[in-house]
Amino acid sequence: MRDRQNPVRRQSLTGTRIRERRLALAMRQSDLAQAVDISASYLNLIEHNKRKIGGKLVLDLARALKVEPSRLTEGMDATLSDMLQAAARDTARSFGPPAETDRIDELAGRFPGWTGLIGEQQKRIAALEAAVEGLQDRLSHDPVLAESMHEVLSTVAAIRSTSDILVREPDLDAQWRGRFHRNLHEEAERLSASATALLAHFEGQGARAETLSTPQEQVEAVFELAGHHFPEIEAGGAAAIPEVLGRMVTLADDDARDLAARHLARYAADAARLPLGEVLAAAAEVDFDPQALMPLAGGDAALLLRRLAALPQGGAQAVPGFGLATCDASGALIFRRRINAFSIPRYGSGCPLWPLYRALGRPMVPDSAVLDLPDGSRFRAWAVCQPIGPAGFGAEPVMEATMLLRALPDDAPASPGAVPVGPGCALCPREACAARRAGGRFG
Amino acid sequence: MGRRVLLVEDEINIFEAISFLLSRDGWEVSGHGNGATALDEIARLDPDVLVLDVMLPGRSGLDILRDLRKQPETADLPVLMLTAKGQSKDRDLALALGANAYLTKPFSNSEMVETLNRVATGGQKAGT
Repeated sequence: MRDRQNPVRRQSLTGTRIRERRLALAMRQSDLAQAVDISASYLNLIEHNKRKIGGKLVLDLARALKVEPSRLTEGMDATLSDMLQAAARDTARSFGPPAETDRIDELAGRFPGWTGLIGEQQKRIAALEAAVEGLQDRLSHDPVLAESMHEVLSTVAAIRSTSDILVREPDLDAQWRGRFHRNLHEEAERLSASATALLAHFEGQGARAETLSTPQEQVEAVFELAGHHFPEIEAGGAAAIPEVLGRMVTLADDDARDLAARHLARYAADAARLPLGEVLAAAAEVDFDPQALMPLAGGDAALLLRRLAALPQGGAQAVPGFGLATCDASGALIFRRRINAFSIPRYGSGCPLWPLYRALGRPMVPDSAVLDLPDGSRFRAWAVCQPIGPAGFGAEPVMEATMLLRALPDDAPASPGAVPVGPGCALCPREACAARRAGGRFG
Repeated sequence: MGRRVLLVEDEINIFEAISFLLSRDGWEVSGHGNGATALDEIARLDPDVLVLDVMLPGRSGLDILRDLRKQPETADLPVLMLTAKGQSKDRDLALALGANAYLTKPFSNSEMVETLNRVATGGQKAGT
């Protein structure tokens, strides 16, 4: 258990830290005792945690040991401790002997430089993992990139097959040979254009890639890492936000931290209005059906949808996987919890047939539909559009739409009213869709 | 009359290359480039085997495959999926929907011909 969660142990380890620091400086016990004007036997009792100390003696010892007093009394920084714990956990399967996590304080006391280095490297690894995830997401949802890649692959396929025929068919008649040469020329021209367009796209993306990811991507990555559930806030309310935020070490800039703080504040407000124990117990009784839970939320459907998406996975109570998307009145996606097989693009727009957008046209009217995706998977969606923030006479409300998603099992009965939707026009194969925007087919 | 294959593919130069290869292999080849009307063309031509692209103008090849498997007269029609989408989840989905084999572009000509012949003769499901 971490020291900050156990003040008794924290105090009891002060002596150990003094000893570790003294040994790290190769200082004899008698020399340190003399430096702070106490007997060596008394220092020995202190170092073995048999005497409590405080006040001036701590300050004197810290000065003699060339460390901040808090380093002796409180041990290492809790965030650094968390990062070391995470480093030990992440490498447990790929690195020989297990890390001695019960001796992290000792490590920090004896080797503060190395400890800081491990912590910084763990922070860097986490940031890079978040960046990789963001870039993978970009590859999946960037319509220009998807279109370009498909164009390149199709062209290469045509060139490969055609050139193979020309090489392997020596008795090819002149008409076929001429046709295949012409096709090769066409495809070579096409490949040249595709590759140039792809390169231009990457060059345009380069600056963004080097900054790892946008604040929104960073925040979504840390929320994904937490499973969109924060036990400290559930238990301690908004007061726990700084602690949770402090652990989000991969947030690279102030914009990302501010955005995360705003989302956590909303989380805390939601948890206060609809406590975890209450919503979890009630939801389990009705198979997590939002419609049946509406009275619990006092009619605030958006609150209910957000709370269902924040239920803890892997606990004693089996909770289905939920996805969540929210957008502002312009349709811009401002938050999402991803769910397998349902693509919610970060770049560009989603499918105009999603209930998320339908709800924008009917504020305050909860909506629900079964969604039929092009790959054959089906989802139940619940959506609502509600004002956010304080209302005021004569003030225009700020509207926000929220959509909760839950996958339907493969053997679920057919839904006659299912809505055929897609991941957004840029990536959707439904060419005949009436809601389709111009352009953007790939395959 | 030779064995008949219908190639539903909207890339004309890929179609011409495959068409040449399969003709040389003894197949009677027909082509169609629109997903929206592919089912009608399949019903009209009644091919022995179908080569089906996934991303087609008008309608996805996966949607077409799903409908084929629902109709008794085409439920057992051998289908080779041919597409630029190479992710394993796409391949798994195609096979789950009833594709007999799955090849990703770019493919080798010999592998394509071999796979088609295996599919046509009732070979096991396979994909690359």
